[in-house]
Amino acid sequence: MTDTLPGAAIPNPLDEAAITAAVEEAVAAIAAATSLEELKAVRLAHTGEKSPLSLANREIGGLAKEHKAAAGKLMGSSRGRVNQALAARTAVLEAENDARILVEETVDVTAAPRRRRAGARHPLSTLQDRVSDIFVGMGWEIAEGPEVESEWFNFDALNFKPDHPAREMQDTFFVEPPEAHLLMRTHTSPVQVRSMLEREVPIYVLCPGKVFRTDELDATHTPVFHQFEGLAIDKNLSMADLRGTLEHFARQMFGDEAQIRLRPNYFPFTEPSAELDIWHPGAKGGPRWIEWGGCGMVNPNVLRAAGIDPDEYSGFAFGMGIERTLMFRNEVGDMRDMIEGDVRFSEHFGMEI
Amino acid sequence: MRIPLSWLREFAQVPADATAEDVMAELVKVGFEEEAVHRPTDQLKGPIVVGQVLSLVKEPQSNGKTINWCQVRVVPEGQEQTLTGKGIDPSGVQGIVCGAHNFVEGDKVVVTLPGAVLPGDFHISARKTYGHLSAGMIASVRELGIGEDHDGILVLSRIGLEPEVGTDAMELLGLYDEAAEINVTPDRGYAFSIRGVAREYAHATGTVFTDPASKVAAPASLQGGYGIKLNDDAPIYGKPGCDRFVARTVRGVDATRPTPPWMVSRLRLAGIRSISLPVDISNYVMLELGQPNHCYDLDKLSGDIVVRRAVAGEKITTLDGKVRALDVEDLLITDDSGAIGIAGVMGGANTEVSDSTTNILVEAAHFDEVSIARSRRRHKLPSEASKRFERGVDWQVANVAAQRVVDLLVELAGGTADEAGTDVGTAPDAVTIELPVGFAAARIGIDFTEEQITGSLKDLGAIVLKDEVGGSFVVTAPSWRNDLETKEDLSEEIARLVGYDNIPATLPVAPPGRGLTRTQQQKRRVVQALADAGLTEVLSYPFVSKSANDTFGVAEEGAERTALKLANPISEEHGYLRTSVLPGLIEVARRNHSRGFRDLALFEAGSVFLPDGQLGTPSIPPLGVKPSDEVLDALYDGVPDQPLHIAAVLTGHDSPAAAAHTPRAWDWADALDVARLVGDVLGVELVVSQGSHQAFHPGRAAQLALRSGEVVGYAGELHPKLLAAHDMPARSVALELNADAIFEAAPDVIVAKHISGFPVATQDVALVVPLDVPADAVLAALREGAGELLEDVALFDVYAGQRIEEGKKSLAFGLRFRATDRTLTSDEASEAREAAVAVAAERFGAVQR
Repeated sequence: MTDTLPGAAIPNPLDEAAITAAVEEAVAAIAAATSLEELKAVRLAHTGEKSPLSLANREIGGLAKEHKAAAGKLMGSSRGRVNQALAARTAVLEAENDARILVEETVDVTAAPRRRRAGARHPLSTLQDRVSDIFVGMGWEIAEGPEVESEWFNFDALNFKPDHPAREMQDTFFVEPPEAHLLMRTHTSPVQVRSMLEREVPIYVLCPGKVFRTDELDATHTPVFHQFEGLAIDKNLSMADLRGTLEHFARQMFGDEAQIRLRPNYFPFTEPSAELDIWHPGAKGGPRWIEWGGCGMVNPNVLRAAGIDPDEYSGFAFGMGIERTLMFRNEVGDMRDMIEGDVRFSEHFGMEI
Repeated sequence: MRIPLSWLREFAQVPADATAEDVMAELVKVGFEEEAVHRPTDQLKGPIVVGQVLSLVKEPQSNGKTINWCQVRVVPEGQEQTLTGKGIDPSGVQGIVCGAHNFVEGDKVVVTLPGAVLPGDFHISARKTYGHLSAGMIASVRELGIGEDHDGILVLSRIGLEPEVGTDAMELLGLYDEAAEINVTPDRGYAFSIRGVAREYAHATGTVFTDPASKVAAPASLQGGYGIKLNDDAPIYGKPGCDRFVARTVRGVDATRPTPPWMVSRLRLAGIRSISLPVDISNYVMLELGQPNHCYDLDKLSGDIVVRRAVAGEKITTLDGKVRALDVEDLLITDDSGAIGIAGVMGGANTEVSDSTTNILVEAAHFDEVSIARSRRRHKLPSEASKRFERGVDWQVANVAAQRVVDLLVELAGGTADEAGTDVGTAPDAVTIELPVGFAAARIGIDFTEEQITGSLKDLGAIVLKDEVGGSFVVTAPSWRNDLETKEDLSEEIARLVGYDNIPATLPVAPPGRGLTRTQQQKRRVVQALADAGLTEVLSYPFVSKSANDTFGVAEEGAERTALKLANPISEEHGYLRTSVLPGLIEVARRNHSRGFRDLALFEAGSVFLPDGQLGTPSIPPLGVKPSDEVLDALYDGVPDQPLHIAAVLTGHDSPAAAAHTPRAWDWADALDVARLVGDVLGVELVVSQGSHQAFHPGRAAQLALRSGEVVGYAGELHPKLLAAHDMPARSVALELNADAIFEAAPDVIVAKHISGFPVATQDVALVVPLDVPADAVLAALREGAGELLEDVALFDVYAGQRIEEGKKSLAFGLRFRATDRTLTSDEASEAREAAVAVAAERFGAVQR
């Protein structure tokens, strides 16, 4: 035997003490390894081809026949012990290693970049949808109409007499030429007239949309704003039905505690007419009644204009401002915020109101 | 309408301690909204007393002014001062420096003593000035907040007052009174009077009302007065312009007499400035009874008064000194000299009363609402008179009001009334309304008792009878209620007086509905999808300039867009209605940008206005009648097309910069992607082709069309010059789509596709084509040539440069083949690929690399 490590004595495979010592040394070295790299070195040193145990094992071949079994048994169990220790230590170190990598991969989750742009709906449009959904839930339908409208639909059909002051109170934008009798609708009521002309009675429709008045933009006025108007035409409808409908709607919008109040008012298209107030317990500056809109029983002249017999049918109508609703519901202090398109306004609301 | 409480108390039972707020709280119940409170004591606090100037020493000053050093007695002679406080002299005589010179020793004046507060939060105290301790102020009407005159201080004798020294001047001048301002709806002309509001107050509170008209002793008939002729030869809607004219004569008046302070105070609280005694009386009676009336200087009239329509070319100089050209529809008051007033709107300058007037002709007339409204509008002359006439004035009260003016001219101006007078005209027929017994109950939803119905109506002043069979009430509306014409009107009155709060709530059940329409759902889905995709919804005004429409509304350069123009825009610059949503959106983007928001993705869904064909209708049908189908069709057809457009503008980057994240700059392809998103959401394929639109970069604009070929929009990079002109960041991109057109193209039913479980065979191909061949067209050719086995094809690389011939590019496509019934062999897939390439080669000369 010549290929031994210089200076290293090859243990005798029958020398149990020497073999055990080599095993002990190997096990100790294995236990002392603190990384997979160290363990690899230990493995090479103690189980590699030139390790004492491997060399001893190789010696068995040269032993006398009667000693081979005992030596084989001793070496088998010894090398088994070392391999066992190696496997156990490998498992431990691998587990440690895996855990360390995970620890090393730790990130500051609070520093996560926002890669996706957060979009937003305009709250007036969200609110319009929400109002519509409440009425759709009641079996009503949503009706729409043009924003530039014939004067007849906007005024005459709604019983505005040609020279009556009420017609001027609407501060109308007229479209040129005047002979064409076109204007920007001052309310969504022309949609009611269109609905009555186009649909069969009974009619239960809600008409949301943009309307126009010649007001300069300031904190509480805008020349372009939104309304929603309801119209119900059926047999035997009364003001009590109007009140019940508004009360139901108010509770859907503002909760079960919502209360409404009707006050006498005047509109050419309704008779009797009423102003609608809503009790706002959370109003800034304390609970109070807030003017919400107008309503009333459809004037028989309006029914006649749509070819509906006022002796057979009656109806009620109501209308509220969406901006106004948003202002008191969501404490929007300045009308201009809704109009200017500053992204902060829409984005503050996101998809909700 | 502003209601001084002292005046209201004359005719209604207003509690002594009620405030303007209390009165408004009652009136709101019967339909009069509260507007404002006018209360002098909110700005004015005593002690403010009557003083008498005992001595006045003129002291010239170094600044050229002369001041008066006055000793003013502020308690009755021989009495001690009972007020105490800093600066109040126990002797009852105050030393006051006064700069005005319109008074002399012995004059009685208004003294604001130390401790008083004047309007403007001006606190009066004793202070050193011009070498004296001035303990108070001698006040002018302006300083007291009761007039404009500030040429001098208020000398009480000149307004006809000789009060005792020490009298509370605030009481004397009516400054403890206050007014409630209410909003009167346009149907209730009668409520533009103390008479009308006092009645309503009585309705609201259930208290007693005293009709001011009943306190005037007017003669039953008038004879022999000034000649008046009603010659309306062109009545509007068949109604004569003037159907009553009462004229009365008062002689020997002194028009220079001061108007008594109580009247000035009430007028002021009602919002009317004191002018002269006759004019004040005229206004006072108008406010009290609601009857506008006019005082002519009788000596300036020549010949009979004729009420007639104007003749062409006629002119008048109105009281405000303006010369006005008259319209033949204007109703005039004329005499031999020509027009002396536009009836019911404004009197003429030539016959107005002046200080030298001694004889007055009083007019109280009744004019047609429509005629007055039109003249007022035509001449832009909203006056207190026209406001009342166009809403309707009580025909019956003219004679009473004339008498009331006469009485006050006699009492206050020292005149003598002529026995003779004139009263011409014809009373309109009283309006009687049939009210079926159960009608109001059915319409309102309250089971009214018969007592509630008749009681309410009688309270209004109506006469209520029952027809023979007892099925209906026959109601004669009071003469001042021209708004009561129908049974619905009466139902409102009954409900109003019984109280709207008594209306119960019942919920009617609508028949089963269809939910949102297809289009409504489509719109919602698109808007929501855009927001979900990270865009921010904004709303902009539809008012734009002509040039904005010409730029954005048409694709061709230099073309003009037909757009609707507003007759009365808020600003001339934005006098047109938009034909594109982009101008408004770009304005919003610019505004955000200027506020420091550089990375934007904005969208708006809104109508645009596209006039075509017949614009409107030359006339409109009357109210209260359903127009014929032809007329209705014309109305519908005359309303211009207003499709819903969806537009978006993207500037800057796709996301905010952050640690470990590099945002990507938006580019032209993002605009296309947003457009495609709209198509995807609706299930509509948008066919993209190289586009040309003057608002867009000439090489980076896509035209978007439906399969049918209909162009529905553009997307791409905005034109660099346009961006620069709008102060917008370079490379901003945009798109605009006709959403309505896309909605309509959405499939009704989508037929399911067979899903094959056999394996896929993929093949790549790189084709060299001329640079100007659109990739999409090559892709379409491949798809066509590949046949049914092709499952999908996608462009994955575009290359031009080395090893590619000049003027050409290489397009690399990945093709996925799959059969529905077998596993494809690679030969089959290759064959299909070659077939695909063959079509591309044939169509575009494509060569495989």
